[in-house]
Amino acid sequence: MSEPIRFHYDVDGENFTSAGEASVAVKKKLRQLGYPPDVIRKVSIAMYEGEINMVIHANGGAADVEVYDDRIVIILADHGPGIPNVELAMQEGYSTARDNIRALGFGAGMGLPNMKKYTDDMKIDTEVGVGTTITMTVDL
Amino acid sequence: MNLTELSARLGLETVSGSTEGREWRGVYAGDLLSRAMSHVKADNLWITIMPNANVVAVASLTEAAAVILAEGVELLPDALDAAEDNGIIVLSSKHTVFELCAAIYEASRGRA
Repeated sequence: MSEPIRFHYDVDGENFTSAGEASVAVKKKLRQLGYPPDVIRKVSIAMYEGEINMVIHANGGAADVEVYDDRIVIILADHGPGIPNVELAMQEGYSTARDNIRALGFGAGMGLPNMKKYTDDMKIDTEVGVGTTITMTVDL
Repeated sequence: MNLTELSARLGLETVSGSTEGREWRGVYAGDLLSRAMSHVKADNLWITIMPNANVVAVASLTEAAAVILAEGVELLPDALDAAEDNGIIVLSSKHTVFELCAAIYEASRGRA
């Protein structure tokens, strides 16, 4: 198997205006590489939700995308507060976003469920007080 | 009916981009971004009252044909910059979301 194509982005935790920039950039790259629209849509949605979560909950983090021959892997790592109850966080409609965040249109409680729905595999490694790393895979 | 024709029929104001030659298919209305993210399909019109830059990001990622801002909502300055940078068409209307949906439904009746 050939070496993967890698993209790295630092996600700014302070800036809600630019939130989603990494996802938009990845979408453009995948389109240039000629991937089908349904694959690009899955990666875009999953990565955007994760990126937004890092901005809302974790003061930013790092986003890495690895493109292999048979899959695209998205790794989102932060040093935020961690997720105390993953099962609860995975429930559609459950959100801990503050009111000022909700006023921007976030906080639907669909972030993690959308990430799971639009990827073929999702792993959540989280520790309260240490951070969260989410690894998502979209099969090609 | 392309976007220019629809825009004229509904009296929409163009805030960003050009409707020239843009086709559209289907409509989604809603303000919660995660909902929009999973339901707006490529070439859809997305009707919302959210005026911030995150709307532009979602419109870009979903490849919406255009965002229609309802109820006279004005796009925030940083969102306007983002829309222009990313080539996102943003239209606006004084009408409510419901009125816009009804008018688009009427306008598109009989379309294939």
